[in-house]
Amino acid sequence: MLAWTIYISFLGAAALVFLPRENARLIRWVSLVIALAGLLCGVAAICQYQTNGSSGVVEILNIPWIKDLGISFYLAADGISLTLVLLTGIAAVCGVLFSWNIEHRVKEFFAFYFALIGGVYGVFLSFDLFLLFVFYEIAIVPKYFLIAIWGSKRREYGAMKLAIYSFVGSAMVLIGIIAAYIVSGSSSFNLLELASYPFSETFQAWAFPLVFIGFAILAGLWPFHTWAPMGHSAAPTAASMLLAGVVMKLGAYGALRVAMTLFPLGLERWHNEIALLAVIGIVYGATVALIQRDFKFVIGYSSVSHMGFVLLGLMTLTQIGLSGAVLQMFSHGIIAGLLFGVVGRMVYERAHTRDLDELQPMNLSKALPFAAVTFVIASAASMGLPGFSGFVAELQVLIGAWQTFPGLTIIAAAGIVIGAAFMLRALIKAFFAENEPGKTQPAGGLHFEAISIPERVGAVVLLTTTVAIGLWPKLLLDLINPALNSPLMQPLWKGAAL
Amino acid sequence: MNLFELLKAVAPELIVTAGAFLVLLVDLAFMRGHEIKRRLAVSGGVACLACLAAIVWISQSSGTANLPMLSLTPLTQLIKQVLIGLTIFTIIVSLNAKFTTHVGEYFAILLLAAVGLMLLVSSENLLMIFVALELVSLSLYALSAFNKASLASAEAALKYFFFGGMSAAFTLFGISLIYGLTGHTELGAIAAAMKAQSVEPVFYVALVMTLIGFAFKIAAAPLHLWVPDTYYAAPTPIAAFIASGSKVGCFFVLARILIQGFESNHGSAAWQQFVSGWMPVIAVLALASMLLGNIAAIAQTSVKRILAYSAIAQAGYALLALFAHEQRAMASLLYFVITYAITVLGSLAVVSIVENSGSRDRLTDFAGLSRRAPVLSGCMLIFILSLAGIPPLAGFFGKFYVFTSAAGAAKDLGMLWLVIAAVGASAISLYYYLQILKQIYVADAPVSPTAIQTPVFAGIGIVVLAAAVVVLGCAPDLLLDKILAAINSVG
Repeated sequence: MLAWTIYISFLGAAALVFLPRENARLIRWVSLVIALAGLLCGVAAICQYQTNGSSGVVEILNIPWIKDLGISFYLAADGISLTLVLLTGIAAVCGVLFSWNIEHRVKEFFAFYFALIGGVYGVFLSFDLFLLFVFYEIAIVPKYFLIAIWGSKRREYGAMKLAIYSFVGSAMVLIGIIAAYIVSGSSSFNLLELASYPFSETFQAWAFPLVFIGFAILAGLWPFHTWAPMGHSAAPTAASMLLAGVVMKLGAYGALRVAMTLFPLGLERWHNEIALLAVIGIVYGATVALIQRDFKFVIGYSSVSHMGFVLLGLMTLTQIGLSGAVLQMFSHGIIAGLLFGVVGRMVYERAHTRDLDELQPMNLSKALPFAAVTFVIASAASMGLPGFSGFVAELQVLIGAWQTFPGLTIIAAAGIVIGAAFMLRALIKAFFAENEPGKTQPAGGLHFEAISIPERVGAVVLLTTTVAIGLWPKLLLDLINPALNSPLMQPLWKGAAL
Repeated sequence: MNLFELLKAVAPELIVTAGAFLVLLVDLAFMRGHEIKRRLAVSGGVACLACLAAIVWISQSSGTANLPMLSLTPLTQLIKQVLIGLTIFTIIVSLNAKFTTHVGEYFAILLLAAVGLMLLVSSENLLMIFVALELVSLSLYALSAFNKASLASAEAALKYFFFGGMSAAFTLFGISLIYGLTGHTELGAIAAAMKAQSVEPVFYVALVMTLIGFAFKIAAAPLHLWVPDTYYAAPTPIAAFIASGSKVGCFFVLARILIQGFESNHGSAAWQQFVSGWMPVIAVLALASMLLGNIAAIAQTSVKRILAYSAIAQAGYALLALFAHEQRAMASLLYFVITYAITVLGSLAVVSIVENSGSRDRLTDFAGLSRRAPVLSGCMLIFILSLAGIPPLAGFFGKFYVFTSAAGAAKDLGMLWLVIAAVGASAISLYYYLQILKQIYVADAPVSPTAIQTPVFAGIGIVVLAAAVVVLGCAPDLLLDKILAAINSVG
């Protein structure tokens, strides 16, 4: 069932290529169906998973693939992967909805889009390291084209930067994977088998940072985050939603699933240093967001800041911190998708500027009330107000971090305050600026095209999700926590189980 | 040994040679008055048939024979089939050639080069290897000068010839020294003799000299100077043949000489444990090729030159396979070079179609190609991404297999340093590969673009090659099982 999320996306991408180029309407609807089918597969699998009462790693498919190296096509899932599969499904559907107005080479757009989605699903469901790496790399190329062809300002530069950063990161991961395979006796790339191999402490001491940072580059770890704001703002809306919403999670997920699971001793050796980088990322991202003029850059840097919480949570060595980190991956995926949807699609495509100073006189709260309301709620969620998913997640991360590094936690909490400040600043400037009388409306008036139905549906889906998880986090925590209690993940944390 | 046995053993070579003469005869005797297109089709068809006949013969024959100068094993038969297959695709790409009127000669010499390659891989005797290598080289020198209207082609061929002749002389001298040291030219006998005696300094002289000729052939730095010019100015199908067929054959023979002939003199290139032998030499060649190829490619504006520098870099990756243990070395090397040959042949075929449509091979000539020729562009996308090592394409698994095999070769991850260099170098390479794809997919087409005419056979050939790249990447065992079975049957 779950494997079909991958197949549907890749087959869908291939099928789109054969549709007639002129019929954009058909292509859009087919794309929506593909995305919905993927989401449904994910949801169905989660329901099945929970009713079976399973908690550990559930095998989906395991067939030998390349015998000489002991590689198998091994798909499996645990609660963490399922959480992220769900996120990918939602983001994919909303991405299609927010790309409804794309006219330029629409067929290729969705073909690349679903190639990316398929790769993402694949990473989340692979328990063979080789397979995981294959999917991880598959995701690189479509990102490049999505940004370079359909992006906005400095798109070619942003796209190339993202591609090179991803490729360098994956090169580091590749070296680590090969070394681990050789050291463990070269018989299998199976994650579960490799995780049970006792790698020596000296080996872990260099392999862990290599693989962790290799993945974390994509998660926006400071100081390797510079691709993120650039890439996000250059990308078309759907691609920014996927980049911030899902692709950054690939990095965090890889860091957790591969680097931390394989090298727990390395994690203990390095967790202080990496936590420091994560906290710097939180504060730095928020501070830089505070002074940006480009609306999309504000959201881009806010992603760096929020992903800092994920990385901080991973480093806490506590169950609550880890569970908070995974929840934050989900939560940020939804909220960032929403923010980019409002800024990139609703505002930019109508106002044709993202400069906050230019948006100020437009008084968008009157011109685009739906966008304004959505953005108010989304920024409340992003600030971490109670009742939204971000609150639960960041709170858990902070509780976990407090037990391990109290000093850093205080600084990270300060990051939340700055986070509130930059969101409010952007909100006021873009939507609720008090304009001096006489200087208001520029000539010609501001009659924007109304917010379309697909946009509304997409926004409502994302809003509902973040509120639902905020009010009832148990929905996901029941998936995440049992996974953390499984023998695979237990070495990553100490102390009492939740 | 009876003559019949010998004839049977070299039958595939004889078939192809006969094909070469037949092509000459048909073209010169019957086709002179016809227009070029007809002549190309007829001669090419005859040449293809000869190649197909040879493939069929090989697949029917038992595949083993041990003659004084030839030793046929399932492995050599497999390589020969691959080589003939690559020749067929080269012929197909040449069918709409515009650079020559000497159709018969062109295909005849191409077939002779193929014969040279087949003999090259069939022999374990250094003398025979040298003779076959010269047959290949002389044919290729002539072929790369075939565009008589182009000064650059002549210059490139001359450069190729001078460097090639020089390095062949070095190799011959190296072989003579080895004969002097051991009294043998058979690889097995050389290995036995070397094991029995202590290593003398002159052996290392012989080793390096022998390697020079092969390093030249496989386009490894620092013997790469001819590569960019020859790829750039030689007729594109010939550049494709040099990059594919000639490379597969020469890599195979190089591996055989090193692994079989100099079995006991490998030394070590493990980090901080260098021991003199051929491994350190290969490590230097590999490192130089990967760095130079990848860095120099960044600055290029001609697609053929980019592919030429990328060929140098890829030769560097392939050399890494030689460090692996026993069978792994041969298996990973063959998987890598065969899939590489398919890929590079396909990509140069695309270049040749674009060139034949009236433009050149500058990056900007490919601008907006995806909207002018979607299928062709899709194939080019597959080829280039495979060269860059993006999964699930064949190039990715080739690299992965070679790197993993090399990393596992020495104790305590001793070879990891070279693997790190290789992975790092291939991370650089993405940049210039994306430059090509950027033109094809991102850039807008010029205002009055030239129409791209894809000839039917070449188009089919390219699609087949692209499909092979995808299939071999998704299911590497299809090829790998064959290679491993052939290697294991040799023992």
